[in-house]
Amino acid sequence: MSTTALYTWRKFKNATMLSLTGLSLLAVVGVLFLILAYTVSKGINHINWDLITKMPAPVGEEGGGMANAIVGSLILVSLGSAYGIPVGLFAGIYLAQTEKGWFARTVRFLTEVLNGIPSIVIGVVAFIVVVLPMKRFSALAGGFALGILMIPLITRTTEEMIRLVPSSFREAGLALGIPRWKTMMFVILPAAFKGIFTGIFLSIARVIGETAPLLFTALGNRFWSTQLDQPIASMTVFIYDYARAPFDDWNQQAWAASFILIMLVFVLNIIFRFVTRKTYTA
Amino acid sequence: MYDIMQQSLKENDIPRIQETLESVSGATDAARAPRMEALGLNAWYGKTQALFNVTLSIPRNKVLAIIGPSGCGKSTFLRSLNRMHEEVGGSIGGSILLDGEDIMDRDPVFLRRKVGMVFQKPNPFPTMTVAQNVVAGLKLNGMRDRKELARIAEENLKRVALWDEVKDVLHKPGSSLSGGQQQRLCIARTLAVEPEVILMDEPASALDPISTMKIEELIDELKKKYTIVIVTHNMQQAARISDFTAFFYMGKLIEVDKTAKIFTKPTHRQTEDYVTGSFG
Repeated sequence: MSTTALYTWRKFKNATMLSLTGLSLLAVVGVLFLILAYTVSKGINHINWDLITKMPAPVGEEGGGMANAIVGSLILVSLGSAYGIPVGLFAGIYLAQTEKGWFARTVRFLTEVLNGIPSIVIGVVAFIVVVLPMKRFSALAGGFALGILMIPLITRTTEEMIRLVPSSFREAGLALGIPRWKTMMFVILPAAFKGIFTGIFLSIARVIGETAPLLFTALGNRFWSTQLDQPIASMTVFIYDYARAPFDDWNQQAWAASFILIMLVFVLNIIFRFVTRKTYTA
Repeated sequence: MYDIMQQSLKENDIPRIQETLESVSGATDAARAPRMEALGLNAWYGKTQALFNVTLSIPRNKVLAIIGPSGCGKSTFLRSLNRMHEEVGGSIGGSILLDGEDIMDRDPVFLRRKVGMVFQKPNPFPTMTVAQNVVAGLKLNGMRDRKELARIAEENLKRVALWDEVKDVLHKPGSSLSGGQQQRLCIARTLAVEPEVILMDEPASALDPISTMKIEELIDELKKKYTIVIVTHNMQQAARISDFTAFFYMGKLIEVDKTAKIFTKPTHRQTEDYVTGSFG
């Protein structure tokens, strides 16, 4: 093969590979764009104040909203956070402090396993552990299920982020005669704050879109309820119910609700960027 | 226990440092007693032994330099003195005395307030401002009085000759300063807890010549009030700033004497080879 032919052949291979990688990128971004565009186009026309301020209308009546579901989702996520964040945070701190040893290794491995367990299975566990003894579906059971889902994510990011803080800061703290726990609380955790916060945020964003574990824990509720020991509505279960319903009006509300859910995650994302924007770096 | 150690010391090569100190005329007994002493000190990392039977006195209000090739145990020795060696999973045999009391009997947290440490790489706390860094040790141990904290911050920044350079940026992150300034900030942070002994682990090896000079001037100033132990790779530095020099090799203390003697007429062949640059 002459040099020119070889050169042309290489140019051809380069162009082919570049197009293939470009196409893959388009496929990935395209799917995301499709979902967004479809949800927006279907949902945006049915967004109105009624949807976020009113209660669900009785079957057969037009209109109504999902005020109770929005509040319910927030309550469920708060309950999940109240349980999942401290447990995940402490477990992460423990793992970061204890690199070796069979216990830490086992916990680390089990965290991975927990992360891979389908959310519906966690719902079943919450059903057995909380719903059956209480003999009723409740917000508590839903929060418990969401909390379990949050734990592995928070644990792993906390561990990783603490490890990224150079050990020289830990040594500097200890060498000043600062007790270990204070060194962790006031020197290392603040330095790792941004990363840990990212982990917490990602876990919240993940569970706010969960439906399966809520179906047989929080169940859903067509009425206003903020009682923690009663079934409670949530946006995802609302979408699930309304999307399956044989009424056009309900289907449209499901689209609108999906749009609001996506926007909620989006807004959370912006708030999160804003909060973590200004921290000192090492 | 103490007697047994003293006895075993006599059989070993007793450091000359004590004789030298005793020859200082007019010194009272208290002033002559060493600030710290290592007696038959052994140190391990897991199963690897890093220090072998080191016996060494650290005279008060003097600068003791520790020199030796990489891996000779000089950092391990330094980190044993404030029990930081344990923080990396190391263990210790023998004993270390601070003003005659065994440091293994003390809570490491309190010990480290008496025996401060400055590290090789400047490590101001990344989430704290310049001023907060100086008083971090006090604040995190419960001092609340803001005025007092501000006063202490200023006082210690002046002691390390950093005040004029940073007085307008006290509220900027400590990590925004230059490397040399950061190291002086770290020294100010160490001084703020009012230690008696300051351990320095190659404090100038990451700095440029001018910053190094400033640190050296500072050490000269600090020895009036503090006892200083400095590990250094730089023999000129040891010769410039220290009163006594200890030479470590392969985890053993080979020789300790007045700095002038170590660098001109060392007793041991290994020391001579090292300081003249024949090896290491």
